[in-house]
Amino acid sequence: MSKFKFPESIRSRPVYGTLEPRSGKGHLMIADAEGAEALLDLAAQDAELFHAAHIIFIPKGTGETFVEKLRSRQPAILHVAPSYESSIPRIRRVLSDAHMGLQVYLAGTEGLMGQAQNEAMNAGIPHTAIQTEHRGSVARRMQCVHCKGITEDVMTDPFVCSHCGLNLFVRDHYSRRLAAFQGVRVDAEDPGNVPEPVELYK
Amino acid sequence: MTAAPQKAKAGAEKIEVEVSAVVPLNDLVTRFEFKRRDGAAFPPFSAGAHTVVEMQDAGRTRLNPYSLMSDPADQSIYAISVRRDDEGRGGSLFMHRNVKVGDAMTITYPVNLFPLDLRGRKHVFLAGGIGITPFMAMIAHLERMGGAWELHYACRSKALGSYADELSSRHPNKVHVYYDDQKQAIALEDLLDGQPLGTHVYVCGPQGMIRWVHETAQTHGWPDENVHSEEFLAPQPGKPFEVRLCKSDMVIQVGEHESLLEAMERCGVDAPFLCRGGACGQCETDVVEADGEFIHRDHWLDDDEHASGKKIMPCVSRFVGKALVLDR
Amino acid sequence: MTLQFNTETFRDDYSFRNSDRAIKRFPFPFHEDSYMYSVNMEQHRGGPAGSVFEMRFDVDEHYVSEMQDRALVLAEDPLRCQSLPHMTLAGWDTLELIMVSKSEDYPDLFELHRDGDRWRWINKPMGIDHSFTFLDETTLPCGPLEYITRQAQGDFAVLDQRGEMLYMDAGMVTTQADWSLDFDIGMDFFEWHAPVPLAHEMGIFKRALKFLLNIQQGAPARRLNWTMTVNPLLDTSPENYHKWGVQKTTLTPENIGAKQHLRVELQTFYRLPRSNALLFPIRCYLIAFQDLVSIPKWGRRLHRVVRDLPDELATYKGFIDNRPKMLEYLGRFDDGLPTSPGVWPDLDTEPPLQR
Repeated sequence: MSKFKFPESIRSRPVYGTLEPRSGKGHLMIADAEGAEALLDLAAQDAELFHAAHIIFIPKGTGETFVEKLRSRQPAILHVAPSYESSIPRIRRVLSDAHMGLQVYLAGTEGLMGQAQNEAMNAGIPHTAIQTEHRGSVARRMQCVHCKGITEDVMTDPFVCSHCGLNLFVRDHYSRRLAAFQGVRVDAEDPGNVPEPVELYK
Repeated sequence: MTAAPQKAKAGAEKIEVEVSAVVPLNDLVTRFEFKRRDGAAFPPFSAGAHTVVEMQDAGRTRLNPYSLMSDPADQSIYAISVRRDDEGRGGSLFMHRNVKVGDAMTITYPVNLFPLDLRGRKHVFLAGGIGITPFMAMIAHLERMGGAWELHYACRSKALGSYADELSSRHPNKVHVYYDDQKQAIALEDLLDGQPLGTHVYVCGPQGMIRWVHETAQTHGWPDENVHSEEFLAPQPGKPFEVRLCKSDMVIQVGEHESLLEAMERCGVDAPFLCRGGACGQCETDVVEADGEFIHRDHWLDDDEHASGKKIMPCVSRFVGKALVLDR
Repeated sequence: MTLQFNTETFRDDYSFRNSDRAIKRFPFPFHEDSYMYSVNMEQHRGGPAGSVFEMRFDVDEHYVSEMQDRALVLAEDPLRCQSLPHMTLAGWDTLELIMVSKSEDYPDLFELHRDGDRWRWINKPMGIDHSFTFLDETTLPCGPLEYITRQAQGDFAVLDQRGEMLYMDAGMVTTQADWSLDFDIGMDFFEWHAPVPLAHEMGIFKRALKFLLNIQQGAPARRLNWTMTVNPLLDTSPENYHKWGVQKTTLTPENIGAKQHLRVELQTFYRLPRSNALLFPIRCYLIAFQDLVSIPKWGRRLHRVVRDLPDELATYKGFIDNRPKMLEYLGRFDDGLPTSPGVWPDLDTEPPLQR
């Protein structure tokens, strides 16, 4: 599957790369949906590294499509989680046991990668040392700057905050700590004048 | 508020001090302690900082950077430890031979190019020889703040192990000393293995040791951000050369045993500097014209900048060739 | 001169006013009749007597009211003051710097008595007399950064320096020009400046970063920045943009002189000694157009600057829609005469308005 190429943007907007095998003392891979394809590419490059990997995979809408493929590459541990939230305790437990030299590989949607990156950073790994590769949906995780609520999987600009109901426009300004882009009221200076929502990157 | 940006003054702010103690530690290393001449307290400093000591050596001004090794929380003194370098350019010899208790000297405010990463869950110090000095201050700081640390200290022999006994007896479980003459060596791979996430490694010592630590850590999957080093380069002698300085409108000669920065200062050019060791970037100078070869020795410019021939760090780098014109 | 503190508000009825003295010492930011980004740094070591540059931390007639406004903002939204865990030492550095500076620069208003780590701090304008142990957080009612910046005008960003980069890792931000500490905390220098147009392409931030990384202990620096605000509102935060944004549409030819304010930030930069972090105080000064044009040179110059500013900057600074109204008003105070160089009012030498 071809990868989506994000247009060039401002300096706070994350830039994703292509996962590559790196030497280390352990390998933690976290992916959702089509992110599995990036892990499979990695397995093709370095089967041995993959045999040592602990994988946490959230299939989302892809069902069983990728689970068997991942399993067939024989990772040390493959954990399939029904949602990112359900996998958080496990991610934290794995990180709390880990030592320097752990390599972290993240693949899939921006929301998944951002949140998992945050867990790894909180555990003491600098974000520059965490590999990421975007695959699948371009939906965004948005924070409403006014009420601070997070709206997941935003596909249009503007959109309605799922917490306070304000109409927000989608900025490219991104916070690693919140793992979210910033949403700001679109009609603040002209209440009620809300532009027609447009699908992101269309 | 004026319109034009002001030029930064050369070097850090200065402090007038008096030498309050000269303590020989062994054949090579002597500790110098300073008190302020105005009787005031020294400014606090962050562990890892250095000061530049100004020496008036028979009409010649020498400026050498030394790590502050006293307890950062003790504002009554600053202390440095100087290793005598008989082959060097003379600064350390001057300190050892000429500086006596009661002498008036000038030092700069602390400048830190080797700070602790305060996010660190644990700090692992690797010292080679006189490279122990910044860690003396870091250890004092972490002891006060309750931070986790361990020290691995390689020195030539028991007789030359500055502070080794003092550190070992005070922190027997955290300090590990290795003597070359007893064929002891830091087992780097073992000690990198199994450190908790968020550990930072700091190395101060000879160039080879620094490179060894960076390379080994990298192959063990350590992020670059978690490996810190400090190495002061002393300017190396070289063939004399001539430089034209555009802004100052003068032609100066750089002697065999002086750096380009020192030659500019000798001729009265107010050139910026901080570390004088190729690390801080403050003296970076644009090259207007060059017909010849640069001898770049700094850690500041990247390889592309070195190759471009457009910039030079006059504190440590030199030039061999027909003509060099600088924007200074 | 003993300072008289105003009783005034920066919200609701907006009773904020500048006295005649405050107008004359206003930090007018334009040294010539046009404006473009520049790093424009200079050393922060005093300035002319009575000017806002004279002391390390300027205390003026708005002090007590500004601190009351800060308390209101924090009560509504405590996330305006945050400090990542590794920044506590930098918080103590900040507390020490401000207490020492204020007690030395304003001995009639502030006192600091130190006996080792036992400190007693007296803030007369705010009625505070508090003893605590330096470096012991349990002896303060809140973290050291919050404690001292509830008593100091202006916003404070505290920047950690790691590997040739600065990170916005702590701050007290309640009088900001539309940026959110809660969102930006943890970002690097280029990331938190990401939304600023043009300057990245001009290399401004690269140069500024290089300068800031080299700011050393004992040698602080400063610069001015500016924007526009309708009504004397200190808290122009993104958090509350949905409440104040609409105020920008209330300008009329009749009220613009009183309502439209030039907002100037005196930004200073200090290397903090114990943590090696960089303290970045951002002090906000507001002046109504009608007060500003009472200085003939400033009236002439502001008109020319606003008129000639590139659209991108007028958009970024949030006044592109109101620019025609501003020009209509300011044009009345520009008689076309030349202006003297520099930012000072030059009341004795600059001619009055020739109209």
